[in-house]
Amino acid sequence: MFKKLAIGAAFAIALAPAAVSAAGGGEQHIEDFEFSFEGPFGTWDQNQLQRGLQIYTEVCAACHGLKYVPLRDLKALGYSEEEVIAYAAGNFEVFDPELDDFRPAIPTDHFPANDGVGAPDLSLMAKARAGFHGPYGLGINQLVKGMGGAEYIASLLDGYTGKEKEEAGTILYENTAFPGGWISMAPPLSDDQVEFADGHEATVESMSQDVAAFLMWTAEPKMMDRKKAGFVGVLFLTVLSVLLYLVNKRLWAPVKGKKSA
Amino acid sequence: MSGIPHDHYEPKTKGEKWLNSRLPILGLIYDTIMIPTPKNLNWWWIWGIVLAFCLALQIVTGIVLVMHYTPHVDLAFASVEHIMRNVNGGYMLRYLHANGASLFFVAVYIHIFRGLFYGSYKAPREVTWIIGMLIYLCMMGTAFMGYVLPWGQMSFWGATVITGLFGAIPFVGDAIQTWLLGGPAVDNATLNRFFSLHYLLPFVIAALVIVHIWAFHTTGNNNPTGVEVRRTSKAEAEKDTLPFWPYFVIKDLFALAVVLVVFWAIVGFMPNYLGHPDNYIEANPLVTPAHIVPEWYFLPFYAILRAFTGEVWVVQFASFITGGIIDAKFFGVLAMFGAILAMALAPWLDTSSVRSGKYRPMFKWWFLLLVVDFFALMWLGAMPAEEPYATFALIGSAYWFAYFFVILPILGVIEKPEPQPETIEEDFNAHYGKADANATPAE
Repeated sequence: MFKKLAIGAAFAIALAPAAVSAAGGGEQHIEDFEFSFEGPFGTWDQNQLQRGLQIYTEVCAACHGLKYVPLRDLKALGYSEEEVIAYAAGNFEVFDPELDDFRPAIPTDHFPANDGVGAPDLSLMAKARAGFHGPYGLGINQLVKGMGGAEYIASLLDGYTGKEKEEAGTILYENTAFPGGWISMAPPLSDDQVEFADGHEATVESMSQDVAAFLMWTAEPKMMDRKKAGFVGVLFLTVLSVLLYLVNKRLWAPVKGKKSA
Repeated sequence: MSGIPHDHYEPKTKGEKWLNSRLPILGLIYDTIMIPTPKNLNWWWIWGIVLAFCLALQIVTGIVLVMHYTPHVDLAFASVEHIMRNVNGGYMLRYLHANGASLFFVAVYIHIFRGLFYGSYKAPREVTWIIGMLIYLCMMGTAFMGYVLPWGQMSFWGATVITGLFGAIPFVGDAIQTWLLGGPAVDNATLNRFFSLHYLLPFVIAALVIVHIWAFHTTGNNNPTGVEVRRTSKAEAEKDTLPFWPYFVIKDLFALAVVLVVFWAIVGFMPNYLGHPDNYIEANPLVTPAHIVPEWYFLPFYAILRAFTGEVWVVQFASFITGGIIDAKFFGVLAMFGAILAMALAPWLDTSSVRSGKYRPMFKWWFLLLVVDFFALMWLGAMPAEEPYATFALIGSAYWFAYFFVILPILGVIEKPEPQPETIEEDFNAHYGKADANATPAE
């Protein structure tokens, strides 16, 4: 009887983080989008990241910065060296203290910070919002679902109801994903606002997911390397465990003898 | 050397004799790893090696992280992002270090509760237990200060809340808090001293670990029966024990490898599971996060800290008889440290003559309830400070103290223990059968 309870306690240990995660939540609705990078074997959808970059550049960059992200990292999205140089020079100007003036950005620069209207920097946004995961979300397993930050961003961009109200001189917009339900950011996306080179659809829903995926990449650019390291490590340690199990069994066999039942 | 009789190191070659007469280091190493170990140790005894591994992992990854980290309020957060993006393998270093702290605490809690169940704290192992508690305190300090270094929102506000606890001390609290922070609030001076101490304390822990091992190598390991190794002669001791090398080294390494499979999967596939999203926002003294929650391993004691509010009669009573010197805040701080002190006092609070919980029919249930209580408090520590959680946390805290100060002393008097095996050999043979000297290795 005691043993059974002890096993029960062991299970409680295993499930404790899940129980802890039941906190928070509220009335927010976060849609559980299926992203290609979820799960141990999930990978980036490079086309989606490129679309996300285009949406960020044409829409979000007006107010939001990406100050921790070096422009040279864009090569990871499948762009060539020349394309990155052209993108940097064509879209951003940075302040150069040596020139004491602004100059076109080069790949060794970061995306510029942008605090003109007080909008938060987006570099780490996909990790800075719980979405519905993690110990303080609703506890859906991060292992297979990812962190949920991308889901939060996509739900937010797609979560405007169209209602607005004025409060202390500021216009607030009703949003089903934002904590409290009212956000000061006007709906940034509208259908067919961005035209993709490959003719991909540009609905608010699809663009929300594209830019969310891109921001997951800016927050965790080494995710694929990390999962690879995880896979190799788990494989190696599993083999090591089996070998050590066999060594241990053989080592102890003469000591243990046969059980006289 | 006292302890269990066993073969000691004899220098054989000329070179060994030369060294041994000048520095008996080889003998020390030999005696340490060949220590006779009770052969009936079960799988709860593997966490010591996991802890040793964690300490090494944290020191090695930490030293490399320091090479790339900048302890300054304007640069710390960005330098962590630099590690994550630009340093070769930096993302693994950081995630190993952050999750390594969690593995460290998983291991130490299992290690502590193993000691509590099998009576490892009882005579003659009180000093081992006390040293262990000091290690645990140092771990908490190190982990807390380490969490401040990335300079995220939770770093900053966690530091503000926890150092605020010292401000609750009557009369000198404010002065102590200012002295700890290096100023009136958490700022650059705080970050720098925490960085310095976060680097120092692991080496203090390493020294304490050596004393911890020294202490239990003097008394010998406890074991699941709690029955001591026979030590009247070497021949008798050898019936109860096996040398640590190779038997327990291989067993422990196997267990460590299995633990590391899970650990590595978490680091590789869900490294932020145990972290808090708010810590990916740079510290901002002007914006307080909605919920300030400590890391999971502090939650049980955080729950105890918050449980004693001004509405609890014990707190009101304490406040009344001390003329208001002990207010609710200070009472909470005392309760939190008292909860840890209660564990440290276990050797003198437990009156039972039987060491292992296996043979204590009533103790078992109270101990199980303590484990449940620990997890309940962990859960409650993450909940907002409102009803019904506040009442539950108060009940949970009360049980924690009752276990150590009431139940342990009383049980030893009223409980009828079950018969224990005469020797470790008897227990071992009951499990695995008698070893046949002529037997071929069993399959």
